[in-house]
Amino acid sequence: MVETARPTPTETVAPAMTVPRREPRGYSVRTLPGFAAMAIFTFVGLYAPILILVTYSFNAGSSLAIWEGFSLRWYYQAAANEAVQDAAIRSLYLAFCAASIATVAATMAALATTRTRRFPGKTMIYSLINQPLMIPEIVTAVALLIVFAAIKVWTGHTSMIYLIAAHTAFCVPFAYLPIRARLETMDTTLETAAQDLYASRWLTFRRVTLPLMWPGIVAGLMLAFVISLDDVVITEFVKSAGQETIPTYMLGQLRRVVTPEVNAISTVILMAGVILVALFFRLTSRRR
Amino acid sequence: MTSQTAHAEPSDATDTDTDTAAIAVDVDRVSKIFRGETEVRALDDVSVGIRKNEFFTLLGPSGCGKTTLLRLIAGFEPPTMGAIRLGTRDISRLPPNQRPINTVFQNYALFPHMSVAQNIAFGLEMLGKPKAEVQRTVDEMLHLVRMEELKNRRTSEISGGQQQRVALARALAPHPEVLLLDEPLSALDLKLRKDMQIELKRLQHETGITFIFVTHDQEEALTMSDRVAVMSAGKILQVGRPRDVYERPAERFVANFIGESNFLDATLSGGTVELAAGGRFEVRVPEGVRDGAVSVLVRPEHATVHSGEPGEGEIAATAENVVYSGEATVVHLRLATGEAIKIRLANAPQGGEAPPRTGGAAAIRIAPGAVTVLRD
Ligand SMILES: Nc1ncnc2c1ncn2[C@@H]1O[C@H](COP(=O)(O)OP(=O)(O)O)[C@@H](O)[C@H]1O
Ligand SMILES: [Mg+2]
Repeated sequence: MVETARPTPTETVAPAMTVPRREPRGYSVRTLPGFAAMAIFTFVGLYAPILILVTYSFNAGSSLAIWEGFSLRWYYQAAANEAVQDAAIRSLYLAFCAASIATVAATMAALATTRTRRFPGKTMIYSLINQPLMIPEIVTAVALLIVFAAIKVWTGHTSMIYLIAAHTAFCVPFAYLPIRARLETMDTTLETAAQDLYASRWLTFRRVTLPLMWPGIVAGLMLAFVISLDDVVITEFVKSAGQETIPTYMLGQLRRVVTPEVNAISTVILMAGVILVALFFRLTSRRR
Repeated sequence: MTSQTAHAEPSDATDTDTDTAAIAVDVDRVSKIFRGETEVRALDDVSVGIRKNEFFTLLGPSGCGKTTLLRLIAGFEPPTMGAIRLGTRDISRLPPNQRPINTVFQNYALFPHMSVAQNIAFGLEMLGKPKAEVQRTVDEMLHLVRMEELKNRRTSEISGGQQQRVALARALAPHPEVLLLDEPLSALDLKLRKDMQIELKRLQHETGITFIFVTHDQEEALTMSDRVAVMSAGKILQVGRPRDVYERPAERFVANFIGESNFLDATLSGGTVELAAGGRFEVRVPEGVRDGAVSVLVRPEHATVHSGEPGEGEIAATAENVVYSGEATVVHLRLATGEAIKIRLANAPQGGEAPPRTGGAAAIRIAPGAVTVLRD
């Protein structure tokens, strides 16, 4: 055991990010010329369209430009629309399957990259796991299209399995990062202590490692879920006929008549995303 | 503590006694080499027998291999060479969860997601003890370390000293044959450390478990231990009772590490040394030391000094510095040979014999038996 200076395992060291950065006196980015204008422009550019989208989801009329009064009509309509229902269920099912499988894989990968001695090729494995973050999505999409198309022709099988596989693949790094971050802050002496107290490897994992890494796992699961729910490009390329998810359904709608129904669906997805991401931050920043 | 072995007169300053019947942990020619970018020989051919019911201390400077030896005994690392036996059973290849040995970790390593009571129960549950027994033992342990009131607290909600006691209770609860403690007191402040020293001795006495205790604090080692092993650079230099390692250190390193020392040049011939500065003393000759030039040790409190000319059996010196420090006065002197020596005089009430004055002539008298020949 290499000795480390004090911090007991029970107190988590505050992440370096929260340490206020000291700028030299008299210097501040806030005083740079154009800073305020730039900031306002960025915020307006980012949030104004979203605000408009949310606002018009409550429009009583069917225009995206003329306000005709408040109504929940488009929410009712979207909820009653069988195509929307179908796509929503598929999206949730897909996100659930892909996020779950990806989280299990990511958990194992995180354990293998933090709970083992240094081995040759460890850096390689990091980059392999994170590969979907580096490769442009469109490249992956085309590659998957080619391979899956061949398999579909060869087997005649066209179930959701292709979408689940594709989503699982790009969800892994998103699940992996928070889990690994969590494991890295965990004191390995705790696992040594469990073994010293007669726990087998499995019980050490079950009673000590798993409960302690659990917030990381839940965070990873939620992040993967949101990422899957949100995906258009890969889904569009991989799906078989009739396998619309919410994002691809909306994309299809936009090519035809656009009504505030799309706004209503977007607003619901937005809310779901905001809630999940907020929970994610709560889980990852909570101190133990 | 009633171990007969701990009070037996050792045959020599270097304790080589290995009476297998009383041995709890037998470390037999163990080496540990860490292979990384560079090769570190953390333990180099270490042999030591730790007796049953003994409070045994590994003492040495940071990096000398104390933690490594504990980790080998606990089973967290395999030895590169040699064997570790529990009694006569070779446990070198047993995983830690199959060794009846528990550890108190330096950082306590309490499980943060469990309460105090759950932490203490962990080992017993892993051993598959029935619920009622677990419950009873946990209560006993809570009582033993005086933590009954805090049993339902989370470990992050108690103080460092209390965490320490929980770590002890958790390690003692499965009633191991041997308890390993890696510098358990180093994180505590002085007052708490003194209390815990007494507490640890009490626990060892009440449980009758063999304690192997690691520290780099010589005073802690001397006050707490039945026997001490002094380590340096992956080797055990000397094993013995505190008094033996203090009064009869085998090597200069041991003498220097434990207490304050004067090293003087001398000539050894057949059981008698003659100091270069004058004076002849009967000595015991350590193994492997031959007649001729040797280095000897005199502890500062094993000699006295007074002002004036030396009488019979006294050594002439010049007082260079006299430092009063409450219960004692330390006199720094220079001998005719140019060697420096310091002597600690217990302070008598005022009006008694005054210590020499700075710059004055002085005479040193070394107590019989106070001269120790060092191996190097
Ligand atoms: N896992 C390890 N890998 C490489 N070197 C190590 C490892 N553990 C300990 N060492 C080295 O072994 C030596 C002894 O360390 P240690 O037993 O921790 O000393 P101590 O506890 O006496 O301070 C040190 O030089 C240390 O750097
Ligand atoms: Mg150490």
